[in-house]
Amino acid sequence: MMQPEIAVLRFGLGARPGELAAAAGDPRVWLEQQIKGPVPLAGDTPLAPSEQIFRELLAAREERQEMKRESATRSDTDVKFNPIRDAYLPHYRAQVLARAQSAALTSRPFAERLVHFWSNHFAVSADKGAVFGVAGTLENEAIRPHVTGRFIELLTAVETHPAMIGFLDNQYSVGKDSELALLARRRDERQTARQRDSAPDKPRREFGINENLAREILELHTLGVNGGYTQSDVTSFAQIITGWSIGGGKGRLAGGEPGRFYFRDNLHEPGAKTFLGKTYHEEGQRQGEAVLADLARNPATARFIATKLVRHFVADDPPPAAVERVANAFLHSGGYLPHVYTALIAAPEAWDPEMRKFKTPEDFVFSTLRALDVAPRQPEEVVRSFELLGQRQYTPGSPAGWPDTSKSWDGSDALMHRVLWASRVAAKYERGIAPEDLAASSLGAYARPETMTALRRATSGGQAVALLLMSPEFQRR
Amino acid sequence: MPRSLDAFSRRRFLAATGALAASAALPNVLFAHTGGSSRLVVVILRGALDGLAAVPPHADPDYSALHRELAIFAPGVADGALPLDHTFGLHPSLAFLHERYGAGELVVFQAVASPYRDRSHFDGQNVLENGLTKPIGTADGWLNRALAALPSGTGRTAERAVAISQNIPLILRGDAPVISKSPQATPDVDEDLLARLADLYSKDDWFSARLSEAVQTAQLGNEGAESPAMTAASPSKPTVPDRVGGVMRMAATLMRSEGGPEVAVIEAGGWDTHANQGGAKGVLAQRLAGLDQGLRTLAAELGSLWGQTAVLVVTEFGRTAAMNGTRGTDHGTGGCAFLAGGAVRGGRVIADWPGLARTALLDGRDLRPTLDLRSVFKAVLDEHLHVDAKTLSGRIFPDSAGARPLQGLIRA
Repeated sequence: MMQPEIAVLRFGLGARPGELAAAAGDPRVWLEQQIKGPVPLAGDTPLAPSEQIFRELLAAREERQEMKRESATRSDTDVKFNPIRDAYLPHYRAQVLARAQSAALTSRPFAERLVHFWSNHFAVSADKGAVFGVAGTLENEAIRPHVTGRFIELLTAVETHPAMIGFLDNQYSVGKDSELALLARRRDERQTARQRDSAPDKPRREFGINENLAREILELHTLGVNGGYTQSDVTSFAQIITGWSIGGGKGRLAGGEPGRFYFRDNLHEPGAKTFLGKTYHEEGQRQGEAVLADLARNPATARFIATKLVRHFVADDPPPAAVERVANAFLHSGGYLPHVYTALIAAPEAWDPEMRKFKTPEDFVFSTLRALDVAPRQPEEVVRSFELLGQRQYTPGSPAGWPDTSKSWDGSDALMHRVLWASRVAAKYERGIAPEDLAASSLGAYARPETMTALRRATSGGQAVALLLMSPEFQRR
Repeated sequence: MPRSLDAFSRRRFLAATGALAASAALPNVLFAHTGGSSRLVVVILRGALDGLAAVPPHADPDYSALHRELAIFAPGVADGALPLDHTFGLHPSLAFLHERYGAGELVVFQAVASPYRDRSHFDGQNVLENGLTKPIGTADGWLNRALAALPSGTGRTAERAVAISQNIPLILRGDAPVISKSPQATPDVDEDLLARLADLYSKDDWFSARLSEAVQTAQLGNEGAESPAMTAASPSKPTVPDRVGGVMRMAATLMRSEGGPEVAVIEAGGWDTHANQGGAKGVLAQRLAGLDQGLRTLAAELGSLWGQTAVLVVTEFGRTAAMNGTRGTDHGTGGCAFLAGGAVRGGRVIADWPGLARTALLDGRDLRPTLDLRSVFKAVLDEHLHVDAKTLSGRIFPDSAGARPLQGLIRA
């Protein structure tokens, strides 16, 4: 009962015309066929790679400094022009448009949903200025190629992606006994001896670590907050990944290709370190990689990832049996993600006919595009839709990503914004649509008789489409 | 209703004649038929505000050596702190709060923390909002449980609290009905469509409850709403400072309206300053200026209601005492909080200062908290909203016997 609908509406991104029929043969096979190989963007919006965007950012920063110097020497200081924003904005828009097009057009909607799931799991937020223009590149460059590989490959790609390094501030995290810190200390000592009286209060540049990336890898990306680590593990892990940085820079920070991941040996804290009771003797970048490898096979990681997957695909309160099944698949396959997804598909709880997930704004927008069989062409249309609905793309605000429970999205004000958006979209796209056919192709057996009655009684095609989009069955998955 | 009109004009009259202090001193029963005179605004700063920058302990001998270039100088020099007492000042961005301090309308808390002692934002925010001693264990928030325990006013809408956002944050979730209202207007939603939706939702309690709430709220406070043109502004400036003002204005507009909510919750993000935090100027300074400006807007828009308002500003925890390697601060424990408003008996810093000496720091890194935030929450709920003491230490804040409510935070 309802199995094709569940496959398409709950596991996928909502039904395009004909998709329910395509999944009807064997819904499980339809899903399993999608989780083989990388998941490139569907659609045709050209996107710049992150290193190019970062290089443009560096150029824009220099331009801004140039402008500051000029405006300091000139009388008119009215400089409203912001080169960094201007460098970033077209990239942000293109990434948001490409994402919506891909969600609207893909013939592998389950795999696409998994891309979105991991993108939110490994969230970076565009409301941090330095990340604004590259937020989408993490999803496209680190997640899409690895979403059907091993977890360790996905994890490594993400933690070495410049957008993540920059978002969680690791690029200038410096070991206290690193080459750079030692050099600086020696120079300071010489200077202090020489100029003890001339500039006594001048603050010294002190090098040290930044815990942010280390903590969030443990808390949000792998073990989970109750995964058994302590503050000293966080500090130790932060030492271990000192030097994980982004290429490009000047002076002692020169080196590496601008905008690409670069391991800066001169920032790295040397020596063996202990983490979660184990001593790591590896040198340089290898040490962090060894920790990531251990984290990826830690049972706490398996359980944490399984819990989040089941919450996403089944219910806000994840049924323990389903979590157990998925966690076991994770552990026994060594984090081979297709096996993890297969276990999820095999969980009977995931096929409960009751739709228990209230759609997020993303779910709502993407399923609407698929139902109406339209792919947006204008970035502004997509950007504004998500602003109106309260889920500005790539801006969860925190590294924890967007919340994945109904309570976080079900405010009455949010519902009113959905009504407003649905009526605008319906007015725009209703031409040529027979509302009852739309109900059948987008909801199948889930379309309730009272909804069909309401569609027949509607005063216009636009009103009928809006009613369908706002029907309880369309709002859930 | 003539009775509420009477009370309304009385309030206006008192305000107009500058008798606000008198109105606040009048017994609550006078205003009972407008639903109580007290207004409470809770501002949650998500991301962990650096309390040692917002409320610099400039007289502490270890402060500037630890906080280094992020430290705020003592008052009296350029970019120095705004003076509070001999030990503490306010960040120079907090000009409005400083004025309120001078007017006796601000209490500054330093070295405070929720019972949470680890350093996860998300668990920390859960504890801040759920009122328990641990991050999980209940799906509702302490403020909602407090609403349920309020003496009921007559002639009121059922919803006595509003979240100024599209959705309800944890602190306000629970059995007591609350509304959400974001500063973005929802113009021209077709009434016929809404009526048909109400019909379509009639067999689905979950949707029908939300829709009727949404319809009731839709017209509320539209004068305070931002037009869609404003909200469709370029996403390139998503920073909080610009948005706080609109949110504060919406809160004030709603609370001012006849039968409007007594309690509002506002959220502001962007306090997680791990890198390039800045000192008297810089990223954090701009955020603080945005918050301060937002509070000024709130007070101005509340007008005469400010006299019976308390604004509680809190964050999930403080940040490390020492600057980190990237000119920022990492997750810490003890931090600061503010209680401002015409109803507040202020002009005071409440701090049992543990000092920043290495041996005094928690785990050798964080400001050691010496005051439980729940002691502040309980005091506000008790003195300002008159929630009874037994419920406070029972259902609202379980296992909080050790956190005794402070006394005398609110004007009698």
